Amino acid sequence: MSVDPIVELKGIGKTYETGVEALREVSFGFPVGKLSTLLGPSGCGKTTLLKIIGGLIPPTTGEVWVKGKRVDGPGVERAFVFQDFALLPWATVLRNVAFGLELRGVPKEQRLEIARKFIGEVGLTAFESSYPHQLSGGMRQRVGLARALTVDADIILMDEPFSSVDEQTRRKFQEDLIDLLQHRQKTVIFVTHSIEEATYLSDLIVLLSARPGTVSQIIQPNVDRGSKSADEIRRDKNYLDAVDKIWQVLKKYLG
Amino acid sequence: MQLSGKKIPLSISLLFWFLVWELIGQIGVFSIFPPLSRIIVAGMTILPSEKFIKATEISLRSFAIGMALSLIVGIALGVLMARVKTVRETLGTWVNVFVSAPISALVPILMGVLGIGETTVVATVFLFAVFVIILDTQVGISKADQSLIEMARSFGARRYQIYTKVLILSALPEILAGVRLGAIRGVKGVVIGQLLISIIGVGELFELYSKHFLMEEFWALVIVVFAFAFLISEAIAYLERRVEYYAGAR
Repeated sequence: MSVDPIVELKGIGKTYETGVEALREVSFGFPVGKLSTLLGPSGCGKTTLLKIIGGLIPPTTGEVWVKGKRVDGPGVERAFVFQDFALLPWATVLRNVAFGLELRGVPKEQRLEIARKFIGEVGLTAFESSYPHQLSGGMRQRVGLARALTVDADIILMDEPFSSVDEQTRRKFQEDLIDLLQHRQKTVIFVTHSIEEATYLSDLIVLLSARPGTVSQIIQPNVDRGSKSADEIRRDKNYLDAVDKIWQVLKKYLG
Repeated sequence: MQLSGKKIPLSISLLFWFLVWELIGQIGVFSIFPPLSRIIVAGMTILPSEKFIKATEISLRSFAIGMALSLIVGIALGVLMARVKTVRETLGTWVNVFVSAPISALVPILMGVLGIGETTVVATVFLFAVFVIILDTQVGISKADQSLIEMARSFGARRYQIYTKVLILSALPEILAGVRLGAIRGVKGVVIGQLLISIIGVGELFELYSKHFLMEEFWALVIVVFAFAFLISEAIAYLERRVEYYAGAR
């Protein structure tokens, strides 16, 4: 990778109070403007690693550097998308999407205007005044994504965002995500346990070993997304090769 | 109420029991049950009387002050108990003891300390109401979705914002349930406090009517107090139903 890393992990280790060692000596630089995926066997600490990058959990050892500065908490340059959506059940879609801006003290008129724009982009304009429990899982995650986009962070951290979403919705959502990100210079760090999802979405895949998780291998699928349709990508030779390569690595950690 | 499988409207059910009461009163076997019609007439005369208005004023004031204090203290302590381990360990047992304790037994001591007057009644209302509010708030806050707190932190929420914008709202269904139970207990607190002091408010009136065997006035007052407690409880229950839609969805 010739580009400078926007997020740099230096020797990250995490041991829980219970004595479980989740991560050991994870060092890696995430390239700017790319979609990188953390992929690994279940329990390898990929979500823990993402939360450490997000500043939500302190690492036991090591440092997180974002845009050339060491960080030890959440920051405006990073926005999080949660696996369980984490929407306020008492607030409408509009208020939920504007919530990040609300916490930052952006005036009401202004933050609702920004929120409306992104609700439009994720295709939920008709549901602005709905409550989360009235929406399907896929729609809820669109709200979560819109909320992360409103704060205009350079880095978007996504923790298995599609895992609570059914398969068909997921495919559509993945395609929309690529569309949404293509025009923006966002760096995305994505956690998933799905090999296909990782290969389909990522510029770069960081394979983690079984617990304690550490960087096992870096894979670049080299899938040409620019000119191909979603279905063509799924039949692309590079795509299929990458899926197979990942499977060969992950297989070692199973059983 | 149900009759041969059909639900009977509340108004009909009430009417039926009013008729039974009226009949028993008219027969005149129990002197403590005068006919309902005469109770209503007595109610009409005492309600506008200066004595009753003054008693109501004093009682409502004691109730309002006592409830306001128990809301502030109850919610604050409940939140602290849920969030701070040392507070929980220090107060937990006591709150549980007091929530089930017969607080009435403490009123004579309160009288000794606070004097025979409104302050004692306010304290009684407070002690009756506060513990259940503490407990329910604690449950609500502890049950709050951790992922919402994490979400707020990830968007840079300050500590107070996590309380005001996430935790309190998240616990609102439980807090309201506690406030409703607290208010019902608070009404008991007013009446019991005033009865034991027996020189102010509705307690004085109860004392006066029963001493002079004014059963019509006595029952009229009972109905007014019961209706008040019921209305307060229903008003809060209405609020509870408005937040219920998200209680289930959390």
